[in-house]
Parts: sequence; structure tokens; C-alpha cells
Amino acid sequence: MTRQENKSLLIRGGQLIDPAAKINAPMDVLLREGRVAEVAPPNKIRGSADEKFDARGLAVAPGFIDLHVHLREPGQGYKETIATGTAAAAAGGFTSVCTMPNTAPVVDTAEWVTWLRSPERGAMVNVFPIAAATRGSRGTTLSDFGGLQRAGAVAVTDDGKPILNDDVMRAALTLGAQLNFPIVQHAEDTRLTVNCSMHAGPTAFRLGLFGMPAVAEAAIVDRDVTLAQHIRESRLHVAHLSTADSLKAVRRGKRARARVTCEVTPHHFTLIDENVGEYDTNCKMNPPLRSASDLEAILVALADGTVDAIATDHAPHALHEKQVEFERASFGVTGLETALALAITKLHREHRIPLARIVELFTAGPARVFDLRGRGSLAKGNFADVTIFDPKKRWTFEVAKSRSMSRNSPFDGWQLTGKVVATVVGGKIVHRAD
Amino acid sequence: MNTPARGSLLGIEHLEAKEILGLLKLARRMNPLKTRPLLRGKRVVLLFYENSTRTRSSFEFAAKSLGAMTTLLQASSSSIEKGESVLDTGYTLRAVGADCIVMRHPSAGAPHLMAEHLDIPVINAGDGMHEHPSQALLDAYTILKHQKSFKGLHVTIIGDIFHSRVARSACHLLTKFGVTVTLCGPPEFVPEVAATLAPGLRITRHIEDALRGTDVIMLLRVQKERMAGHRIKLESYIARYQMTAARLKLAKRDALVMHPGPIIRGLELTADVADGTQSVIVDEVRNGVPMRMAILARALGKAK
Repeated sequence: MTRQENKSLLIRGGQLIDPAAKINAPMDVLLREGRVAEVAPPNKIRGSADEKFDARGLAVAPGFIDLHVHLREPGQGYKETIATGTAAAAAGGFTSVCTMPNTAPVVDTAEWVTWLRSPERGAMVNVFPIAAATRGSRGTTLSDFGGLQRAGAVAVTDDGKPILNDDVMRAALTLGAQLNFPIVQHAEDTRLTVNCSMHAGPTAFRLGLFGMPAVAEAAIVDRDVTLAQHIRESRLHVAHLSTADSLKAVRRGKRARARVTCEVTPHHFTLIDENVGEYDTNCKMNPPLRSASDLEAILVALADGTVDAIATDHAPHALHEKQVEFERASFGVTGLETALALAITKLHREHRIPLARIVELFTAGPARVFDLRGRGSLAKGNFADVTIFDPKKRWTFEVAKSRSMSRNSPFDGWQLTGKVVATVVGGKIVHRAD
Repeated sequence: MNTPARGSLLGIEHLEAKEILGLLKLARRMNPLKTRPLLRGKRVVLLFYENSTRTRSSFEFAAKSLGAMTTLLQASSSSIEKGESVLDTGYTLRAVGADCIVMRHPSAGAPHLMAEHLDIPVINAGDGMHEHPSQALLDAYTILKHQKSFKGLHVTIIGDIFHSRVARSACHLLTKFGVTVTLCGPPEFVPEVAATLAPGLRITRHIEDALRGTDVIMLLRVQKERMAGHRIKLESYIARYQMTAARLKLAKRDALVMHPGPIIRGLELTADVADGTQSVIVDEVRNGVPMRMAILARALGKAK
């Protein structure tokens, strides 16, 4: 243990929002030796702390968890590294991120999982690898789930691609059930999306682009939920859910008490297909920006508890991969530094979703999805991961100042409300707003 | 990203009606047979990532009739084949002194990308399935040679609207002047979403409905390679949608038959319709030259 981790930190005077502990009240939080030592009403914590943080007027929450980020290592360090990606995560208030395995090579072995978790990567926040569900993410032969799990993988997925074959998906859910290991699905029937670069609808027609029909997502979610209902104890997590019909399938699974969870990205609750405008490649991602009615359904599902987590699908790309013809541009946008502000601006201020529910979607919700023990709540003894933010602060996101190596955000220049003030990982302040 | 340079022509959709009328008026004053040194010393690059007969040759003649220098760049015989990006090709052409780029590209939006990064006008000579603005303008020019105005006109477009940049540009242009436009074809070629493109579009699956009382019939080429992936069979398309002399009688007596070319006789239309008295298919090609002269004059600030 380093000297800093032994330090104690007292966060005083803030409004503690800890949905898992059912707390939304003024509370002081004492962190010691990387753990939560005490949570008590204002000025009730006795004894001294090595460092004090004045959180008056601020919200104090369990450290945010992002279930879906692309940190691009190994192999694509020109887009992002674990060091730069986790710096962006810290700036966005995330204390834990789950990394996707569609790197070069694909993370389909225990060795690569160990490599990702090595201190040499220089991560500023906790990194939880999600490994490939099939060898090379080719969708045919399952990877060694047990070995990957023992090495520290929290789930498996072929993200970027779906597990399309029924047999393979069934086998993955069955093996996952035996190991209590979630299968994360990128739900896209790629047979219906050949050559497509955005959502099928009036904007795609106007721009002369082939469109991905909404049903290409819902059809796979529907099948997966049905499989999950029939395979006892299997765990299905639907990544970056984007359509109204996919939500119907998820609700069906949840009502049947299947272990089905889902996440939604900030760009899917903020933007729609029309935002592609005149071929803005920073509005090109997969799943694509959907219709206004899909967005409406997502807002309802975020409020009513159908959605388990907000996840960014942070997908950095170099400029030369975005400043090309729309159809050739890489899919994906960055998102770590704008997620909280978009949630507060769009969900809380515009759509009146309570702040405590938003915090739940960033903390207890995602912690449950992947069983991240000791995280997602600031109960005594839990990890000392804390996100401190100002829910009223107005600011302008400038992508040029992003900590990410890449600049592909559709939110450059957006005026937002809600800003991260400090991010604490293992009791140590890793980010402080300027 | 910047706004495109003045004089760029990326599509019809965002043009105002008065700009369109201005271009049409300018085209009527252009004489392709008499060289005028309006654009003397100007360098016009014809950048073609896709094959073309009509558009390329008429832009070239248009530029030369106005005294401009032209150079033709084709994907197959340039650094594009070596993997140079659209933008790097654009920067290169700017550096060698291009004053204007006329660009055709198989990918929708490619001219927009170019225009957003260059300080010279970019003219879209057809981008993927998106727009073909000079074709829509020369078609409007052709219609107005036979009709006093667009007022009260009814235009029918028949064929593969979905894959057609010509159809998209035509729909935008005609509806800006209140023309009633009917789109006709099977659902694979005319999906319901097509009606959202512009106000005042109507869809019908029956050619008889589409033709009754129409002033102008625009036919589109049926691309056999596009039929392959669809359920629709060539013979059934011909039976239901081919323009024949008998069907032509359903339209107004002096209705114009138009086609952006290349035409496939015996497929989307019969030879007697193509060569008949109501056909203005060859006129369209001819009118392309003065229309493109006007577009280039506007692009290079000589629209006087």
C-alpha cells in the first residue's frame, strides 16, 4: 500500500445521495485506508482526518460505474490508452469502468485480462475487463469463461458484433449460468444492417443512406430474452439499448423474473436521427441515433426502473477515421466527460427524473448488473470510491479540452448543467475540477 | 468545419426558390455555341470517383465555353487508387490552383465533406443516392421550355426512387414551386418513407393512377444489379411499370417524357416512347450544357 492510500479523507457538508442505502440527506463521509470508515450526519464524525474536503452545496455520491467503455488497448493506442481513457473517466466522475474486448488483438484470453488490469497500464480509476464471449469474437467457439472469470473479467461479450448464432448464444447463456457470469449482447441482426450507416427513417432517406431498421435490434433482444427465460439462472445484459421494441422485450423478461438487465447511453437519451444533419460523422454510432418515439420510450424506461444503468459506450476514434465520407466513417462517439451533465440537463432538469434515480443509474444499478461487490454504495466497509458533483453548475463542454485522446463528441460547445467537482478512487482524489 | 464557399452547389434541398429561378434565368442567357471568356483563367477540376458520360462531358463543355481551363481526375487513374482520402485529394487540388471542384462520388455526402474543408466552391455532380442538383436544374429548365411556369403542374416520377439521387433532387426542386409530384413504383423502389422527403409528395403503386392527367413523366433507369437483392422480378416490373405508348395515352395529350439517362430500351420504357414526339430525353442532355454554364458562372462569382 502506498502512503496516500493510508491517508484518511473527510468529505464534509455535502448532500449524500446513496440510493442503495436509501440515503438522500446531508451527511459527512470519512474514508480511511481505501474504505468507507464512517457515514454520519453533519459534524458528528469525531477524531481528525489527514485531509478534509469541503462539499457544502455539492452532492456526494458513491463512485460512478460505467459498464461500457472502449479504452482501445491493446493495439489501438492512437485512439486512446488506458491512461488517457481513465483520465477522461475520472474527469467525468467515473471511479470504475468496464472495458470492451474488441481491441487488437481481441481480449479473449486470461493473459490479456491480466494485462489490462496490470498497474503498468497507468489507470487512474478501477478497470474491470469484459472479455470476449467467443474466440476472436468470431461468434463460433466460446472462449474459456472460467479462466477469464478467474483472471478478473466481470462479464463476456462480442461487442461491436452480436452473438448471432442461436446455438452459440444458448451455449453462452448456459455456461454463464453455471458460473454466474453475465453475457453482454450487442443486439444487432447484422443480416438486416448490411452497408447501413444510420437509423432507417426519414433522415436516412433524405440523405440517401441505407438505414438500420429498429427491428434489427429488437429481434435479437427478443430472442435473447426468450433464451434467458428458458435457461435457469442465466444472466443477460443488453448493451446500449436504443429502441422502444427492445424495451418491450426487456420488460417481458423482467416480469418473468429472468435475470435480464440493460443499459442506455447518454447520446441515445439526448439525440435522435435528425441530429445527423448534413452528414455529421460525430453523430454516427452503432446502435445509431433512433427516432423521436424511441427516445420517448427510453425516457420512460429510465424513469420507471426498466433501465438498470446509464453507460457511455465511450468509443474514441482518431480524426482521420471521422473526417471521411459518412459511410466510411468509424462508428462511435466519446462520452465519459459529458455523461453526468447530459443526465442532469436532459433527464433531471428537462424531464424531471429525480436526482437520486439518476445517481442510482450511475452507481447501484451498474454495480448490480456485474456484481461489483463493495461498490455502488457508500456503506461502511465498502471501497472508498466517491463522486462529488455540483448539480446546479452551468458550464460549456469544449472537446478541445477533453482528457481523451480523441475528439469525436457530438456535444462540443453544448451548454450543460451539472459538473463533477471531484472524483475519489480508493480514498484518493484523482480528479478535481479547475 | 466551415460553411461551404459561396457558389457551392451541394444539393437542391437547401436552395431557396429564388436562387433556383436565378440559375434558370442565367442558363437561358448562356449560349454553348458561342465561347465567352467569362471564366478566362479559372481552373475547374472535374473530380469523378464514378463513371459518367453526360454529366462529365457537359460540365467540361460548359466550363470551356466560358473560357475556363479544365482538368479531369478519375479515381482509376490518380492517387485515389493508392488510398488518398477525399480531403487530401481536395487539399492537393487546391494547392495546384483549382478555383472550383465539380465532384461525383459514390458515397452520399462526400461533396459536403469536401466543401466544409475547402475555401473554393464545390459542385455536386451526383453523390451516392443523395442528390444530383445539376440534373434537377436542367430538368426544370427543360420543363420550362415547354410550360410557361410550374404553376399547377403535375409531375409523375416512375421507377427506383429509393436508389435515385435524380429523384431526390427533382422532388426537392419541384415541390418548392408547388408542383404536385406523384411517385410510382413497387414498395422496394418507392418505400412509404419517400413521402416524407418534401411536402406535397404522393405515392401510388399503380401506373395508371400515376399517369392520369399528368403533365410530365420522369422515368428512371432500372438497374438490373439492384433488382437482384429484391423479391421483385424484372418481368413483373416491366409488366406493371414499363412506359408504353398505350400507357402514355393516359397522361395529358402533350405530356413530356423525360429520363436522366442512360436509358435501357425495352426495360423502363419502350423504344417508341423513347423516340416518340413527346420524348424530350435528348433535349435534356442538350440543355445540360447551358444549365451547367450557369452553375459554373455562379460558382465563380460571374453570375451577371
